[in-house]
Amino acid sequence: MARTVGFFTDTTLCIGCKACEVACKEWNELPGHAPKFLDGFDNTGRLDDQNWRHVQFLERTTPTGSVAWSMMSDVCKHCSLASCMEVCPTNAIIRTEFDTVYIQPDVCNGCRDCIAACPYDVIGFNEKTGLAQKCTFCYGRLQNNLMPACAKACPTESIKFGDLSEMRTVATTRLKQLQAQGVATAQLYGEKEYGGLHALFLLTDKPEAYKLPSTDNAVLPSRNNMRSYLGSLATAVLGLVGAVIAFRQRGGEG
Amino acid sequence: MPQHFVAPPQWEWYIVWYFFLGGLAGGAYLIGTLLRLLGDPRDEGAARLAFLVAFPAMAICPLLLTLDLGHPLRFWHMMVNSRTWALNFKYWSPMSVGAWALLGFGLFATLSFIEALVRDGRLGHPIARGIAAVMGGALGRVFMVVGALLGLFVAGYTGVLLSVSNQPIWSDTWALGGLFLASGLSVGAATLAILARTRADAFATEGKLTRADRIFIVLELLLLVAFFATLGALAGRLFAPRWIVLWLLVAIGTLVPLAMSRAPGAGRRGSPVLAGWLVLLGGLALRIVVIFGAQM
Repeated sequence: MARTVGFFTDTTLCIGCKACEVACKEWNELPGHAPKFLDGFDNTGRLDDQNWRHVQFLERTTPTGSVAWSMMSDVCKHCSLASCMEVCPTNAIIRTEFDTVYIQPDVCNGCRDCIAACPYDVIGFNEKTGLAQKCTFCYGRLQNNLMPACAKACPTESIKFGDLSEMRTVATTRLKQLQAQGVATAQLYGEKEYGGLHALFLLTDKPEAYKLPSTDNAVLPSRNNMRSYLGSLATAVLGLVGAVIAFRQRGGEG
Repeated sequence: MPQHFVAPPQWEWYIVWYFFLGGLAGGAYLIGTLLRLLGDPRDEGAARLAFLVAFPAMAICPLLLTLDLGHPLRFWHMMVNSRTWALNFKYWSPMSVGAWALLGFGLFATLSFIEALVRDGRLGHPIARGIAAVMGGALGRVFMVVGALLGLFVAGYTGVLLSVSNQPIWSDTWALGGLFLASGLSVGAATLAILARTRADAFATEGKLTRADRIFIVLELLLLVAFFATLGALAGRLFAPRWIVLWLLVAIGTLVPLAMSRAPGAGRRGSPVLAGWLVLLGGLALRIVVIFGAQM
């Protein structure tokens, strides 16, 4: 049944248990990489072909001078205006009946243009399959009226799943609640960026702290088409004029 | 400049060589066309040489691109949607446009190659002779112009392809398409200048090729300035210690040939050949540093 779905990840509720990572790998049969021992309890490092959920542990200094962790379960944003989908030359990346962004594994030829385009460092290249891979929003589960595995497993309901409009309402209500409690830094991410994301986040710091481009920086690759082609065209004209000058002159030596 | 958190696409040596050979092929084809259309009859040998060079350089390109794919046997997915069997063409995706442009340029480069072989007396098949006959007329001139425009596109779109991304450096400048195009023209002219001494009937054009290359090098230097100016402080990333040798090669491959062409006795004692090799080395170094430098 077609519907427009979304995630709402409330980072204030995330306890860094990584149940979402485990559930994602179990359901999607992702073997994962060998663990990396990084800052905090992060041993996955980033989103890629094996990590479709990644719990960030971001150390920061609070206004009172103490050190605190911000934890956020990161995921593909399933952008309404998706950079990956824009550049994909094979049309392997499609928008599903759930308004999510899905890489068709039988169509992708592993050119990796989508990886260069994704501004959220979401897509990874699988050396074994030769494919670009990322979160599918548990496409198979959605088709069977099941919620994505990560949201199902999250014990604190930091990851919520539902219709996108409902997620927006829940997110706005939670934002107001936090602001009423005096959390002045609370803000929603994903309402405006890339035409509206299908993964909303409630943050307590600026987006860049969570490795999310700000609203102003959320721009598409196609912004460079016109100016780059014009630069090439101007060069071509100058090159042609130069060649005509060189070849019209008589004589062997320059 | 937009701040993104993007992963590198791991475009490495296959892409470096594709960008280099695509530029060389496109540049050589354009030069061949202009020599035939604008030059005097003594330039015909060099024009044929250009078409003989453009084809093999171009022919390697699809092989490199195919080998770079995660699924090489799905190379045709660039053109045809394997689910719907509809043609894939996205004018806003330089990779999509480039795949078609390379196919088109391949057709023109192949036919011009056949024509050059026939005119050289090295191919006598009736079909090949028919192609050469058609190419010798007004239709052939139109054909060459279209092929040269496609060659220009192939030489330059590679820079646009890098820019139409969210990758730092690549997407922060408008100058990469022009830079690779100017470099491609220069590399094409340099290759022909090197090879002009291998054909008696092309040697007379060596001076013109050197002169054209000098202009292309100046254009390339202007684009390099634009490239750095548009990047601002971000350009510093490309000057990490590991890239310094490559930038030195870029400098040697542009400034030294320029200086050599102005030195007394230029054109003698093999200096155009040496200058040509330096240009090739510089052109390759430029692509290595731009492709790898932004991804590390």
